[in-house]
Amino acid sequence: MRPKLINRLLLAPAGIWFLAMLVLPLAVVLVFSFGERGQSGGYVPAFTFAQYLNLPARWKAFENTLTLAPVGTLIVLLIAYPLAYFLALRANPKWRTLLLILVIVPFWTSILIRSYAWIFILGGRGIPALLDMLGLHNLRLINTPFAVLVGIVYGYLPLMVFPIFVSLERLDKRLLEASADLGSPPWRSFLQITLPLSLPGMATGCMLVFILLMGEFLIPAMLGGGKVFFVGNALVDLFLQSRNWAFGSAVAVALVVVMLVTVTIYMRAMTRWGNGRDDVSLM
Amino acid sequence: MRIYAAAVYLFLYIPIGIIALFSFSAGRNASEFAGFSLKWYGIALHNPFVVEALRTSFTVAASSAILAAVFGTMAALALQGMTGRIKVLFDALIYIAVMIPGIVIGISTLIAIVTVFGWLNPLIAAVWPWDGPAPQLAMGLGSLIAAHTLFNMALVIIIVRARIAGMDRSFTEASADLYATPFGTFRQITLPLILPGILAGFLLSFTFSFDDFIIAFFVAGANTTLPIYVFSSIRRGVTPEINAIGTMVLTLSLILLVTAQGFLQRKRKG
Repeated sequence: MRPKLINRLLLAPAGIWFLAMLVLPLAVVLVFSFGERGQSGGYVPAFTFAQYLNLPARWKAFENTLTLAPVGTLIVLLIAYPLAYFLALRANPKWRTLLLILVIVPFWTSILIRSYAWIFILGGRGIPALLDMLGLHNLRLINTPFAVLVGIVYGYLPLMVFPIFVSLERLDKRLLEASADLGSPPWRSFLQITLPLSLPGMATGCMLVFILLMGEFLIPAMLGGGKVFFVGNALVDLFLQSRNWAFGSAVAVALVVVMLVTVTIYMRAMTRWGNGRDDVSLM
Repeated sequence: MRIYAAAVYLFLYIPIGIIALFSFSAGRNASEFAGFSLKWYGIALHNPFVVEALRTSFTVAASSAILAAVFGTMAALALQGMTGRIKVLFDALIYIAVMIPGIVIGISTLIAIVTVFGWLNPLIAAVWPWDGPAPQLAMGLGSLIAAHTLFNMALVIIIVRARIAGMDRSFTEASADLYATPFGTFRQITLPLILPGILAGFLLSFTFSFDDFIIAFFVAGANTTLPIYVFSSIRRGVTPEINAIGTMVLTLSLILLVTAQGFLQRKRKG
């Protein structure tokens, strides 16, 4: 056993970092959210709930986020599941790792550049120009909720595939054999065995995607063109344009609270399924 | 099933491919392909703003990845086999650091730094013993590196801890039985075994920092990182130069990721 002192010294830099760059900033946001806006922006100390009562002023951003984030998560799930199923149960084991890496890699490359690619594709000279040749004129794709959803699916698909893949790969294949031996058709085995056993993976994937979507800024900014904005876009506006720190802090706190509620529901669900926590790393 | 999988892979890679393809276009217009040429790479790399942004991004990514790798590994080693309140606290902090959206980290760091510096600057000026104006603390590379290091450190701790957990305990026990000093055991047994994890964590940290837009947008002060440059350029319109920069950024990320994967795969085999 190593002496305690060494452990403390080893932990000190990380501890100081977490304190200065995470705990302190979050505490400042919490304090500021009860304050007031200064004459020329910034913050004036106060204790008021005015900022929270004012939250409906940015209701549109919350509404967009709370509709497009779940819808986006659901679409991502529907597209990711068959792919994860293929990778875990149908793909040639020789290629499996490579195919999996090919799914994960885009997630770690710049979302900025990847969203930019869709500006290119959905913009005037991309798909609309092709459709124009086919007789569909003046179709507008960019700066619509559709474009934002495409960006969301494109950006977050990898994050959903991975946890579902893990839960499907762990599935005891003998259960499927037994089910087939007992005369149940494949669709039935899928509904009664595969699907329920992959629920924890689906839940993990949905939670990860949903949480990250809640704080999304780039995809709506790039593909929604100011028409489809999320809470993230409202935050950028409040902090960098109107410099209303107190109200911006209240919006940020509200966002974090919604996220915490989601995580709590997820944790509850996971314990109820009794499968414990699926330790899913993103790499 | 196979066709479906192939379609999803096409969906994932065609947009990237299109960017790469058009980056080699000789045309003046971003969306017309007019013959193969490397000219836009030349133009991008001779643009002083791009070069400056690239230098800033490299400095920030390298510094924060090094800090994260060193401090993160130290923390992971200390947390190994630890129980009690401190460990629970650290677990919670690591979890929060990874889960809190980048935008919240960005704004909270911004207002915290502005507020703290707002207190410190008059204080420094008051106690400044030399002639001339006292230095002013301001946001810049330092604050950006510090903010990126937070996320990266959490990342390194997670990866290295997984590596330590997968380590065969009997090596370190044997080493101790053979009268190696704790430091000797660390240098000759533990470090080589966890090194792939540390390197993978370093590379992922570098990639995260190099690609991050949202945190940098708030805390970079007057500095421009490459993603910030690309973002503001896109707002002014799509140009072939952006395609070239984008392709270079994606290529760099791909190289770093494949290397990181190589390190992580070794864990599973050996």
